[in-house]
Amino acid sequence: MHADIIVIGAGTVGAAIAYGLARRQRTVVVLDGGDTDFRAAGANFGLVWVQGKGPDLPPYQTLSRTSADLWPEFARELTGEAPVEAKVALEYEKRGGFAFCFGEAEFEKRRAMLTKLHVDCGSNDDDFDMMERAELERLMPGVVFGPDVTGASFGRHDGHVNPLRLLRALHAGILRHGGTLLRDHAVTGIRSAAFGFEVEAAGTIFDADRLVLAAGLGTAALAARMGMHVPVRPQRGQILVTERVAPFFPYPANGIRQTRDGTVLLGTSNEEVGFDTSATATIGTKIARGALHVSPALARLRIVRQWAGLRVMTPDSYPIYIQSNEFPGAFVAVCHSGVTLAAFHATVLAEAIAAGMLPAWLSPFHPGRFDVPKAA
Amino acid sequence: MFRKLPDSTMKAVTLSIDGVRVECAQGETVAAVLLRQQECWARLSTVSQAPRAPYCMMGVCFDCLAIVDGVASVQTCLTAVRDGMIIERQRGRPEAA
Repeated sequence: MHADIIVIGAGTVGAAIAYGLARRQRTVVVLDGGDTDFRAAGANFGLVWVQGKGPDLPPYQTLSRTSADLWPEFARELTGEAPVEAKVALEYEKRGGFAFCFGEAEFEKRRAMLTKLHVDCGSNDDDFDMMERAELERLMPGVVFGPDVTGASFGRHDGHVNPLRLLRALHAGILRHGGTLLRDHAVTGIRSAAFGFEVEAAGTIFDADRLVLAAGLGTAALAARMGMHVPVRPQRGQILVTERVAPFFPYPANGIRQTRDGTVLLGTSNEEVGFDTSATATIGTKIARGALHVSPALARLRIVRQWAGLRVMTPDSYPIYIQSNEFPGAFVAVCHSGVTLAAFHATVLAEAIAAGMLPAWLSPFHPGRFDVPKAA
Repeated sequence: MFRKLPDSTMKAVTLSIDGVRVECAQGETVAAVLLRQQECWARLSTVSQAPRAPYCMMGVCFDCLAIVDGVASVQTCLTAVRDGMIIERQRGRPEAA
């Protein structure tokens, strides 16, 4: 089977790129693994988040902001072009988001960090505000804040979305634009051929001019065969979800987000436990305590579910984008912020892959940054 | 549709469902009592507002949620009746605080 481009991985990253390529009239085959594979896309919290991202790599702040700016149009396209009977409501909102601060010291530290990031990126708009507690109470009259909440930073460009609906809409979008999406097609062989690449999956050979590796935690092994060093490791994150209640929490926050249906998502953890996807009582308790620190009234809500997922983490936590030197036409895209960056992946990155060249401004995300010897 | 089999050994208990007095017997669950009412639903779906009745009767389906003595989202199939209990059918999403 032949295609212009083969995308390996149909998680949020691979699906967004494939959707963008299919929309640009490229024939795309997307090869996806099985249901029991590690799937960060199915465990996501659903933030489209900008504030505070990239404190030690300002280009990541710029990248997140670029994607957040592209998101409204991306969401309109993704849902707007679908026929009425196939519309997937993304539950996307961009009204800004909060990061709560406990105590004056934390409040001032947060202000200093965001101000530095603002200056480092050369931003010329009001991308954030530091809000005192009284202002929070005015904006969120339904929330009873805990006594330690001093205030919060408000990121103007932050938003949220239902990540499962996003994934479903991307898959539907790929098919609508003539792409092929094959599940249970874990890749078993991959090599460069006279004209492009050959990929073997489920006993079938697929060939294409270009290749995109976006297989999350499976990317490292695939990339090595294409001459690229792509260090990724699993990092576990856990989430609690409450019963559905009437809307009372009108903005997403880092760690608390009320969904359209009324459930409240509480997160999260950053655990180095390898490929263990268990949900644990210890972390569940810690997450619940954190949420009660923001609002003790949350104690009245019943927890109905808890789950864990594995983030696709790089050594410095920032994304990896690279085209192989050894095998031009083979690209890698991995990150742990597939939801925030979905709009960027489906537009700018898809355009670059279609053109065969990554823009120079993405060079900070080349994995060569991990090979620089550290000063003794 | 449902009715209780007569059993004179069970102690009589009175509770109210949406303000209506209902006679029942000690040892019954609230869900069982709801099921034999003229209107046998416990709650309205939080998403579609469709009425939902007790279904699994063993604590897994969450369709039997109702407000019991002021506490919302109680699984009535796991709750035994008590004299003077006040049951309200739950209409949509409860308030958070």
